[in-house]
Amino acid sequence: MAAKLISLTDISRVYVTGDVEVRALDGVSLDIDEGEFIAIMGSSGSGKSTLMNILGCLDRPTGGRYVLDGREVSGLSRGQLAEVRNHVLGFVFQSFNLLTRTSALENVELPLLYQGLRTRERHARARAALERVGLADRAHHTPNQLSGGQQQRVAIARALVGRPRVILADEPTGNLDSRTSLEVMALFQELGTQGITIALVTHEPDVASFASRVVVMKDGKLLSDARQQPKRAALAVGAGAAGDAASP
Amino acid sequence: MNLWQTVRAALRAILRNKLRSFLTTLGIVIGVGAVIAMMAIGAGARADIQANFAAMGTNLLIVLPGSTSAGGLRGGFGSMPTMTNDDMAAIGNDLASVKRVAPVLRSNQALISEESNWTTSVTGTTPEYFAIRSWPMDLGAAFTMQDVEAGTKVVVLGRTVADKLFGVNTNPVGQAIRIGPMPFDVIGVAAAKGQSSMGQDFDDVAFIPASTFAHKIQGRFNNFLQGTIYVEALTDDVVERAQKDITALLRDRHHLAATEDDDFSIRNMGEMAAMREESTRTMTTLLASVAAVSLLVGGIGIMNIMLVSVTERTREIGLRMALGAKPHNILSQFLIEAVVLSVSGGGLGIVLGLGAARWLGQLFHSRPQIQPEVIVASVVFSASVGIIFGLYPARKASQLDPIDALRYE
Repeated sequence: MAAKLISLTDISRVYVTGDVEVRALDGVSLDIDEGEFIAIMGSSGSGKSTLMNILGCLDRPTGGRYVLDGREVSGLSRGQLAEVRNHVLGFVFQSFNLLTRTSALENVELPLLYQGLRTRERHARARAALERVGLADRAHHTPNQLSGGQQQRVAIARALVGRPRVILADEPTGNLDSRTSLEVMALFQELGTQGITIALVTHEPDVASFASRVVVMKDGKLLSDARQQPKRAALAVGAGAAGDAASP
Repeated sequence: MNLWQTVRAALRAILRNKLRSFLTTLGIVIGVGAVIAMMAIGAGARADIQANFAAMGTNLLIVLPGSTSAGGLRGGFGSMPTMTNDDMAAIGNDLASVKRVAPVLRSNQALISEESNWTTSVTGTTPEYFAIRSWPMDLGAAFTMQDVEAGTKVVVLGRTVADKLFGVNTNPVGQAIRIGPMPFDVIGVAAAKGQSSMGQDFDDVAFIPASTFAHKIQGRFNNFLQGTIYVEALTDDVVERAQKDITALLRDRHHLAATEDDDFSIRNMGEMAAMREESTRTMTTLLASVAAVSLLVGGIGIMNIMLVSVTERTREIGLRMALGAKPHNILSQFLIEAVVLSVSGGGLGIVLGLGAARWLGQLFHSRPQIQPEVIVASVVFSASVGIIFGLYPARKASQLDPIDALRYE
């Protein structure tokens, strides 16, 4: 069995607005092993986004312990959390969040800027990451010159370029059609086989079926946690990616 | 993210909105340009004044005789001859603070050569005058004390007068001219001194011995001196003492009681130079402060546009934070963007200021002096404007919450 990469123990997150106390997370305990592909499901308001923010070190829990890659991160400062996000985590967003009027290559380089790498090494690593997602020939295109699927692949390259241990994806297929969704999921599965841990938030059971483990949340608590045989997206993708590469 | 990368990212962000960035920096451009132009013109004007008074001699005192008062109507200075040749000799001989003295008797006269004529200011004086004004001869020689004692009819022409009477750049030494009905020999031409800042031509003059002037032109034979006395103090430092000494000596010689006013007056050229310079300096400072207000306004413009930029780019800020930017990375990104904006405005302003100074200099026939320290100060100042007015928006950006910023629409 692989080593524990993420360990949440009795995590809670309480928002206080005026007199009202909202328990977005209520005593969540969850361990994620290295190389797992986990899908977090739940209806809106179930706390899955809050859980994602805490996993992503964007937010700090009001209670409980969060150990990431052997390090207790729940008490770190903003600057230290930024460093953890930079070195250990990669993010993929529903709306891609690419910088407009900026080339794919420069978008992918963004996390490396904050690692203080030299220009030459940044270029080399960003190119390699684009190659990994099959977009080496689109390096100098700006986001508005790319299709939605291509944009999301650029965003995945950006998440990969910092050599993270975990990639966190928040509804990564929410803005994509079903065919491009398949491509993206295939890419995630492929990364999973290369040893990268992936945590994905979705409300589509279809998307969750590609994961090796599905966690369902409700009212800030874990409702169910099941390992499953993932549906393979690779076959569908081979054709999709080939077709994509041929398109102008 | 090192400084160079941050500057490059800032330049890219600025060039993304070229027109907006240009309009934002316009306040700084105009402010820096105006300050530089004003300072250059002011320094040029001061240098002109200094050069003019240096041409006059800064350790020069001019003693004027007193005024007449007839039936309540008071004439100007010099309307009553209260000083004698003996007074002048006493000033020259008895006072340690005085180096030289010379009488200056003046009247406008028509000078007539064989081919032409010209009316100019004729000065009756002694050879000392040329020493006091440090005015060398270009051609020939000045008259001597013997000429003054004998009252010979010789004349030294200014360059302009020589040109008018004999043609440009001719040598009139040895020629004869008439001043009114009297024949004079031209014995010298004084070196050209040029124009004063007021456009007065220093070379439009002619000099004859003081005794000749008094006898032949003024037609006076008594000992009173119908004109002024030029006094050169020993050094620049004792000009004021010389002024006091002369006052005491003349009061004593004129037997004035303590309650009586002076029957003469003394003008101090150094003091006048200082006053003129002071007023120019005040004017320059005033204009430059008005220009500096434009810099302040420019700074507020930059702050405004940076605040807009922070709002517009909230999602970008959130994204950068999620990808690992620390608060200080975001702070320096926006701060440097503000500084790059203001400094490029300052650079444009320097170009504009230098151009404006040249143009204004041509317009007013003055020679603007570009002071390097003013340029350095402008760059430093515009950078500080960027830092001061960029700090608030940059801090605002760096303290955004990454989750809220990412969700911002």
